[in-house]
Amino acid sequence: MNISLRALLGATVSFTLAGAALAETTITVATVNNGDMIRMQGLMDDFNAKHPDITVEWVTLEENVLRQNVTTDIATGGGQYDVLTIGTYEVPIWGKQGWLTSLNDLPAEWDADDLLPAIRGGLTVDGNLYAAPFYGESSMVMYRKDLMEAAGLTMPDAPTWADIEKAAAAMTNRDAEINGICLRGKAGWGENMAFLTAMSNSFGARWFDETWTPQFDKPEWKATLDFYLNLMNQYGPPGASNNGFNENLTLFNQGKCGMWIDATVAASFVTGKDSTVADKVGFALAPDNGLGKRGNWLWAWSLAIPSSSDAQDAAKTFVNWATSKDYLALVAEKEGWANVPPGTRTSLYENPEYQKVPFAKMTLDSINSADPNAPTVQPVPYVGVQFVAIPEFQGLGTSVGEIFSAALAGQKTADEALAEAQTLVADEMKAAGYIQ
Amino acid sequence: MARATSPRRKTLTTIAAWSVALIIFFPVLWMILTSFKTEASAVASPPELLGADWTLENYADVWSRSDYPRFFWNSVVISLGSTLLGLAIAIPAAWAMAFVPGRRTKDLLMWMLSTKMMPAVAVMIPLYLLFLQLGLIDTRIGLVLALMLMNLPIIVWMLYTYFKEIPGEILEAARMDGAGLIKEILYVLTPIALPGIASTLLLNVILAWNEAFWTIVLTTTKAAPLSAFIASFSAPQGLFYAKLSAASTMAIAPILILGWFSQKQLVRGLTFGAVK
Repeated sequence: MNISLRALLGATVSFTLAGAALAETTITVATVNNGDMIRMQGLMDDFNAKHPDITVEWVTLEENVLRQNVTTDIATGGGQYDVLTIGTYEVPIWGKQGWLTSLNDLPAEWDADDLLPAIRGGLTVDGNLYAAPFYGESSMVMYRKDLMEAAGLTMPDAPTWADIEKAAAAMTNRDAEINGICLRGKAGWGENMAFLTAMSNSFGARWFDETWTPQFDKPEWKATLDFYLNLMNQYGPPGASNNGFNENLTLFNQGKCGMWIDATVAASFVTGKDSTVADKVGFALAPDNGLGKRGNWLWAWSLAIPSSSDAQDAAKTFVNWATSKDYLALVAEKEGWANVPPGTRTSLYENPEYQKVPFAKMTLDSINSADPNAPTVQPVPYVGVQFVAIPEFQGLGTSVGEIFSAALAGQKTADEALAEAQTLVADEMKAAGYIQ
Repeated sequence: MARATSPRRKTLTTIAAWSVALIIFFPVLWMILTSFKTEASAVASPPELLGADWTLENYADVWSRSDYPRFFWNSVVISLGSTLLGLAIAIPAAWAMAFVPGRRTKDLLMWMLSTKMMPAVAVMIPLYLLFLQLGLIDTRIGLVLALMLMNLPIIVWMLYTYFKEIPGEILEAARMDGAGLIKEILYVLTPIALPGIASTLLLNVILAWNEAFWTIVLTTTKAAPLSAFIASFSAPQGLFYAKLSAASTMAIAPILILGWFSQKQLVRGLTFGAVK
């Protein structure tokens, strides 16, 4: 073999080995199908250019399917996923179980102190940050400015429930198929119970007292459910017990709702190209009852690393990139400020360019007014605004949601629904060992 | 003597048959139509048809966002593989039950079928752990095995029904001519029962193609079939019905075409032995 051929072979082998070393780590990211995550997948060229040694594979699933798959994998130590997209409900539970890797050692430039305090608080357990927020949201009132004006009313920036009822009555026009208010009625812990639990906080209600005794037999819950049922029966759309986020979004975009109280993320949809009322929408904080707590929730989709992952360093590199200030700037540069994932960093809301986005301030105010560690007027033994961060809540929330949805459908009275909920939750909490 | 059918009766029967067929097919038809609408048009109320905004954008979006050929190939391998493996096990089993029945054969058949009534989620964790230990998570061979086991009772039951219709004397004659067990099954039984085996194969390919629990639970990226492809377009927040419809149409199109061309065999398979 001559020298040239040997040199060529040597160079080929070196190049192949170098290539293998460069692309030696593959991480699997499990995520949900929402606009922000899809956008991130489209911006992966930036990550790939900065980290050619890491290959990212995506698994995109519907929220509940993702939750089921990830829970199965993480509980069995499967190690199929290296980065998980999880919500504020899972983080405290999984963090306590030791299923997640602490992110306290992310680089200083990632700037943990820049995270919105309410969001950071919901993702921290015993001083350890177990997930990096990618996108945060609260809930707020979205209303039709033109209908309010026609009714001779003005929506306060921080309305009370009495204001909402008055506005709903004034805007309802059954002949024109306009419902004064659209709210979630579809059963589910993340559907009607997210709304009703957050609403109940503003009425002073709570799921449990400090001894984990269920509180559905207390006057605060009665006031909450009576008000909700009355509001929806008089001014809500027909068949509201089947309506979740997407159904109400459709109704609002078609001009069939005077008001809609739901996730702040909806603001970009109701003002987007698919909305027939895009230029007529106003925003206000979620209502209160003068008790010091508003009826808004707090949620964040965050990136976490399961302790079972065998690519911890590569996973941290990805999380650092995807939740950094630089990533927000990258989205702004490529897609505009209105498309930047909201609700995670203080610096974003201090940016003069982002302050021009119409719903930016209201989103920030809504997030800041929620406190997952003190969600309601009275003390509680749990963390979570629109949920109770205990493993049993998914089942409990959905069962109670079914009872309340049936009450909205007229199949039972508020008193019957509350009594049923009280019995059901008490039995489950006894079985789970929380109470005797 | 066959009863004469009046033209009026024939027309009424035809209209009734078409009406029922249309009602059954309507959801699929609506999904296909929705896949060609804009997102705003897809959720319009009242539903739009003639005045809808038609577009091919959804297909372009779905194609650009996903590696469709990989999902498609996984579906082909998993559905065909599980069915062929199932047939290889079920043909001898059904032969034994049909031609050499024991006292408990009927009970055995019923027990096999009863396993289909068990909710899949009840065995999710044990099966997941088993697959994890065997290194079968997110592998095509793992899914071939899982779906074969899920559908085996149906394959055995269907083949048993066919084999029961074949006169035992034919097999006996083959035996008298010196055919061994393998030759008897391969060269005598299988050719006679070929229509039945073909319809069993078709039905099980369809069942495996449409399976959407184990195929999502036991896969992540490498072995994920079209069921996982559809699941990736479902969104709890945001109206993406048109894109979801486009993804669903792309997922069911191959099996819909296969079903259309093989409907004669399928109908024969599903109604075999129903009327005597």
